[in-house]
Formats: sequence, structure tokens, C-alpha cells
Amino acid sequence: MNTPSLPEQSQTAASPSFGQSAIQLIRSMPLLVRLCSLWIVVVLGIALFADFISPYSYSQLDLLARLRPPAFWGGSSDHWLGTDELGRDVLSRLFHSVRISLLVAFISTLLSATVGVLMGFAAAHFRGWVEQLVLTLVDFQASMPFMIIALAVLAFFGNTLVLFIALMGFYGWERSARIARGLTIAANEQGYASAVYDLGASPWRVYLRHILPNIASTLIVSVTLTFPEVILLESGLSFLGLGVQPPMTSLGNMVGYGREYLQSAPWILLAPSLFIVVTTFSVSMLGDWLRDLLDPTLN
Amino acid sequence: MTPLLQVQELRKHFQVSVPEGWRQRKANLRAVDGISFDLHAGQTLGLVGESGCGKTTTARLVLGLTEATQGQVLFNGQPVAAKRDATWRAQRQNMQMVYQNPLGALDRRLNVISQVLEPLVIHGLGDALSRVEQAQDLMASMGLPKPLWQRYPHELSGGQRQRVVLARALILKPSLLVCDEPVSALDVSIQAQVINLLQDVQERMGVAYLFISHDLKVVRQVSDQVAVMYLGHIVEQAPPQPLFSEPLHPYSQALVSSVPSLWQRSNPKRHILQGDPPSPLSLQSGCVFQNRCPHAQAICREVPPRLTPLSSERQVACHLVSEQADMPDAPLESLA
Amino acid sequence: MMRFLVIRFLRGLLTLFLVLSFAFLILRSTGDPAMLIMSADAPPEALEAFRKGWGLDAPLWQQYLGYFKNLAQGNFGYSMRDKSPAMDLVLARIPATLSLALPAFVLKLLIGISAGVYAALHRNTWIDRFLISLSIAGYTMPSFVLGLVLVLVFAVGLGWLPSGGDATWQHAILPVITLSLGGAAVLARFTRSAMLEVMGQSYIRTASAKGLVWRRVVLHHAMPNAAIPTLTVIGFMVGSLIAGAVVVESVFSWPGVGRLLVTSVANRDLAVVQSLLLLVATTMVSANLMVDILYGWIDPRVRSGQAAQGKKA
Repeated sequence: MNTPSLPEQSQTAASPSFGQSAIQLIRSMPLLVRLCSLWIVVVLGIALFADFISPYSYSQLDLLARLRPPAFWGGSSDHWLGTDELGRDVLSRLFHSVRISLLVAFISTLLSATVGVLMGFAAAHFRGWVEQLVLTLVDFQASMPFMIIALAVLAFFGNTLVLFIALMGFYGWERSARIARGLTIAANEQGYASAVYDLGASPWRVYLRHILPNIASTLIVSVTLTFPEVILLESGLSFLGLGVQPPMTSLGNMVGYGREYLQSAPWILLAPSLFIVVTTFSVSMLGDWLRDLLDPTLN
Repeated sequence: MTPLLQVQELRKHFQVSVPEGWRQRKANLRAVDGISFDLHAGQTLGLVGESGCGKTTTARLVLGLTEATQGQVLFNGQPVAAKRDATWRAQRQNMQMVYQNPLGALDRRLNVISQVLEPLVIHGLGDALSRVEQAQDLMASMGLPKPLWQRYPHELSGGQRQRVVLARALILKPSLLVCDEPVSALDVSIQAQVINLLQDVQERMGVAYLFISHDLKVVRQVSDQVAVMYLGHIVEQAPPQPLFSEPLHPYSQALVSSVPSLWQRSNPKRHILQGDPPSPLSLQSGCVFQNRCPHAQAICREVPPRLTPLSSERQVACHLVSEQADMPDAPLESLA
Repeated sequence: MMRFLVIRFLRGLLTLFLVLSFAFLILRSTGDPAMLIMSADAPPEALEAFRKGWGLDAPLWQQYLGYFKNLAQGNFGYSMRDKSPAMDLVLARIPATLSLALPAFVLKLLIGISAGVYAALHRNTWIDRFLISLSIAGYTMPSFVLGLVLVLVFAVGLGWLPSGGDATWQHAILPVITLSLGGAAVLARFTRSAMLEVMGQSYIRTASAKGLVWRRVVLHHAMPNAAIPTLTVIGFMVGSLIAGAVVVESVFSWPGVGRLLVTSVANRDLAVVQSLLLLVATTMVSANLMVDILYGWIDPRVRSGQAAQGKKA
């Protein structure tokens, strides 16, 4: 009864190790993306080490040295980027602003991704009215420009840093929710998740051990693309005077307060503006490249 | 001896919305409409039929993955739980399912050995060391040598993947394995290997199979009994040899004759069915097969035929065949 | 099709309702507007009179009903600063915003679509790559930075254009450009990928195999099909125009609806904020509904209603 067994071709060789994959990844980046990644590393460094690399404290006044131009524009080398209307060193303020802006952006992104994934999972797992509720909320969020919602909330609740971050945390959750829900439904209906359920696994196990690792790459891409938008949103609100409040300083904040001196001391707002543009550009480029890499169908 | 698995008058109806003009009409989709069969330990029941006849739904009902609208499923004399609670999870240790698409059933991020031993983790059996050992032993006995253990599903061939899925299903030593088109996605040469493996396992471990397929040749090879399904009903049930050499129900006749075969030397006639398969949505009285049956009569349109035993081994659901059985002298040929 | 539209319409109403309830809830549950408008050391009787005058001392659910009743009667509350009806204030500013938004919208469409189509047709050439990078830059640059840079260059540096206010039509040039460039970049990107996807389809190859002139293929086959997904993006553009207007009007001191929102948020003039919210929500809902209608009209697959539900063989 035993048919002679045909030798089965051994398939592709085993996958490369993690270290090898990482190096391959970096090598495959086009030049622009590499530069952008480098910039991102620099920015992270600034945010982390702001206290150590700032020549002055960001709130240190020096009324005798007001509105001095940057070193390369006719000023002295005491202040590489000049001073503002209260004599504070623009470079130090810049470093500190980077830290605040990035902090806000990171925490908010983390919050919105977590909330989004949880909602997406809930919708996919329970279906029925829970799903309808989540979908309605997603629709609602996607249909109103977030800036308007943010302004309304700020009007009503006033403005502390904690509140502001919590508010920013609601930006973009609907994208993570949509992704989580869609991929989970697919996994549950036809895929690996339903098989593991059938084995008798509890939902916790399925979500944590199977579904989450599988959707991680798509989520990461989405989060990377949302991150610069959060920075832009926060800077915009701070620029309008409704975001991060003094004495704290953020990038948008600096631009907003520097606006009065557009003609007399443009460096006050140009430095942070440049930072915002280059940073968001870099993160976007990285995100785009990641997306092309991981999910070419998403474009 | 009580059969391992008893299915009694099982029905599963789905409520669906059918677009009608610009409204929606609620209709009843009768996926499974009153089937009954028994399966004994260590035996194989083959379930054949066209796409949409209710085979997969039957599989899911048997395993308690879906809740039945009516009827019951008894496993070892106990009703099968259809809600996913602790009882249901405990029953998983005794009954498992193997799927058509092995790549879809495996998590592409985990290596295969960790997936094979996962059921042991889920049910808390053994410790870390013994689990690995059990998985290794099982995989080796199923023709999956050591170099493959750390690989990922997409690094294996189709046949190897299906063995992994099988191993995962068998590691809990279930007494019932439901195989839903387990070899349809594989190359013919690999099919033979997997079939042999299945039979091997059955001999060694005494597993009973509910083997679902639309491929008659395969079913014939593995089954002890074959049930033919049509639109949610079992129309004929018999051991493979008598069924394939002398099908009694008109549908079985058409099915069997459509297979170019080596065993049908004595009946070169092709029974080609007329008409389209009716939708399982439509309500009609009488036999489900009436629209395509070349022998349909008045009674067939009124009364649905029941699955009646004709001999110790054969059952048929057809008015004409039952009539025929009452008139043993009339030659069977007159049905053709 | 009808069914589809009716559902969309109802959903739109639901959204409006949600927006208003949302506004009401947080409005009444935070802080005390009386303390905000009158200073904290005003005599308590004055505060109480103020509260009564604004209807702030009834139980919450009663206020909720009163709120909607007011809205239905066209009473949107009074600006706490000016004492004039809030909605009137808002409506008065609409023309100013429209005079920026409409030209910006047109400009966005023109620039965005032509850049996107051009890039798609010249895929992978340096022009394409340049346009892509440009569009990413345009999309990631905050509008206030763009506006300020433009002012710096054209108003302060070159002195060609004025930097603020709305006296003459020249005053509108910089704001309109600022408002349109960001959205144009997004649109260009999107149009490009929509076109690319369409061009890859078999019916395009068939059309050109039939011997049709290339331009005809593009204009009559490729672009209309690419228009379908692009249409949804245009719905978003309305939203971003509104959000953009908020910032741009502040940068250029343009007396429109956006600027009013910012100042009333800063002053916590809640009735005005509410009216603005309602206005924005209505605009968004109408825009989305219109996109849905256009969608249904252009895409025959949607028109045939339940085509998406398909037939399972």
C-alpha cells in the first residue's frame, strides 16, 4: 500500500538572522533616506541631551544682549543663533523646544496607537453593536478636521500640558483602529487566528502572541506616517498661542512669539521653522520608504 | 458499542438578506438540513459533494465551532459544546480539524516546531522540556526531519506544511480528526504521500476521521463509509466499493460517472445532469434534487425522501430507489 | 443607490448631532464662564445674575434640551464679549474666508492634478522624482512656516506684496498661495498613484493596442477612472481648507472665520465657538455627502446598488 515516496525538494534556505537583516536593511536605503535617518538620530540626540549641550539655560535672561543676530550673520560667537527679545539664547531655546515638541509628539503617538489598536481589536473581536459603535466613532473622527476639534476642546478645557498631550493623543487613532480591525477580521475569519482558536486558545493568547506581532509592521508604518502630522499639529496650535504655554517652549511656540520680530530679528522664528520642516520631512521620507518596503500594496 | 460520534437530525440555517430591487428580503439559507450519521472509533467517514452542499458547515457543527439550529452532535455520548467556554476548550483535546489551506492556518512569524507544540502549551500539558520532545518525536514520525524544525511556514513546501498542520492537530492525541479538503491544494504526487501518512497515523493512533472532499478518488481510497451530500442533505451512504461500483441515488450516479475511472468498466454511460443547482435559499417542498433529477415524479415534488437503509450497509434517500427495493425483481437498469 | 444616499444622509445628521452634543457637554461641564468673563473678585450677586442671564443655573439635562430648542429656533447664543448674536458674527465673516478658500481650492485642483498626472505619465524620470520630493516637502511644511517665509521674502525682502490685512486684492495673493500649496502637494501625490494604478490596468493596454492616440487614451480612459478615488481625497481637502484657513488667517491677519475661531477660543467665548463648530460640521457633512453623490454618479458600479454584495457561487 505504500507508494514509493518522491523526494520532496527542500524549499528555500532558512531565513537570515536578525543582525544580518538589519544590515541588509540599512544598505538598501537610498541616499536620501539615509540622510533623513541620520537627521532623525541627531534630533533624538538633541532631545535627550538638551541639558548637556545647551550653552545657556533656555530661560536665562540677558537684557543687555537683546535681539543679537546669529554668529554667521554679524553677531558674536557667544550666541550661535543669536538672541531673542529678552536676551535669551536662541540655540538653547531651540534645543529645549525640540525636546518638548518631540516629547509631546511621542507620547501622543503612543497614546493614539494604543487607543486605536484596542478599539480596533474590540471591534473585530466582539462585532455586533460594539463594532458599529467603533466604526461610527472612526467616521466621526475622520470626518472633522482635527484642528477644529482640538480648538474646541482647548476653548472649553483650558490648557495644561497634560491636557494638551491627552488631546493630541486622540489624533490619528482612527487609522490604527482601522488597520487593527481589518487585519484582525482577516486573521479571525480565514487565517491563522481561527486555527489557533480552534485549538482551544483563549482570546488573550491569540491577540498577544499571534495577531499583534503580525500586524505590528503595518501599524509601525502607519504610526511613522502619523508622527510628523502630530508635530505639525502641535506646532500649529502652539504658534496660535493655544498649545504649549510659556515658560515652556516648543518649536511652534518659538515661531509664534518670534513673529513680532519678523522684520527686525527673523532668526528667532527661522531656526525653529527650519527644524520643523526638516524633521517632518525626514520622518515622512523614512515612513514612505518603510511603507514601500513592507507593504507595497498600500500605496 | 457506542459510536464515537453521533450526529442526529442536524440543521443549520442562516439568516441572510437578499437584495430584491432596492430593498432587502430576509431569507433562510439552509446550509445543513437534517443530516444524521454515526462514526465509530478508528474509522473514516468520507463526505463528498459539490461546493456549497454544506460539507464545511457540517464539519464546523461536528466540532462545535458553530451552533446548530436544530439537532445534536454527541461525542463519546456527550453533547458537543458550541459555546466557546471552558467545556468547549476541554473538548478540543479530543477533536481537531485540519484545513484546506495550510499556509493560511499557520502563523507566518513563528517557526513550525513552536506551532506544533502550541496546543500543549494552551492546554497546560507537560513542561517545557517534554513538550519540545513530544513535538520533535511527532514531527519526525511524520516525515519532517530535524533541519525543518526551526523553519518558518513559508520556507516549507506545500506537503511539508500540511504535515505540520497535521502534527499540530495530532499532538493532543485526539480521537477524532475532521479533515476539510486536506489535500485539494497539493500536487497530485504529494497528495498520495499525505494520504498514506493519514492512514498510517490512523493505524498507529486509532484516530477516527471525518474526511471531507469533493475529490472522489481520494475519498474512495481512505474511507470506510462514504456519505454523499447535496444541498444540505445526505442522499446516499455506503461503503466505497458498493457505492462507486453501483451508485443508487441519481445524484451519486451522476457524480460517479463523471469521474473517468478504472473501476467502472461495466457502466460506460455518462449521467449528465440537466439544469442548474438551485440555490439553498429557495424554499421548495419535496426532494432537493428534483430540478435536476431525470426521474423526478409527482411524489418527489411533494414529500422529501428520508434516508432509509436498504441493507446493513447502504442507505439512500430517494423515493424511486425505495420503491425499487420493494420490487426486487425489477432490474436496476430501468432507472438509467 | 437611493438607499445608499439615504443612509449617508442620516449618518450625516447623526454626525451633526454628535458634534453639537459634544460641544454642549464639554461646554457646560468645565469651568464657570461667569468667572471667566467677569473677573474673579466680582461680587457674588453680579456673578449670579450673570449666570441666570445666560441660563447656566438650571440642571444639566434641562440645559441640554434648552440648548437644542434654542438651536432649532435659530438662537445660537450671544457672544460673551460683544453681546451680539453669535451666529451673526460668524456669518458676517464667511465672505472673507470664502474669498480665500475658493481661489485656493481651484488653485489646489489645478496644480495638484496636473502635477500628479504629469508625474504619472513621466514615471521614474527625474521630473517625477523631483515632483514627488517637492510634494512631500509641500505636505510636511506647516502652513504657518510657509506663510511667514513668503511674507519674509515677498513683503519684507522684496516689498512686492503687502504682509497683512485685507485692504486690496493684492493682499489676498500670499494667503491664497499659502493655503493652496499644502493641499496641492497631497493631491498631486494622490493623483499620481491613482493614475499609475489605472494605467497599469488591462483596459488601458487594450485601448492603446486598439490604436487609439495616446492623448485620447489618457483623457478619455485613464483620467476619468483615476478620478474616482481622487474624489474622496477632494472631500478631505475641504476639511483641510478649513483647518488651513485657521492658521493662514492668523498669519496674515485676515478677518475671516478662522481668525474668529482662534480669538474666541483664546477668550473662551463659548457661544461663538459653538456656532463655528456647527458651521464647520455642516460644511463637512455636506461636502462628504456631495462627494458620495458624485461618486455614485460617476462610478457605475456603485449605482447598480448591491453590486458589492455580489453573488456567491
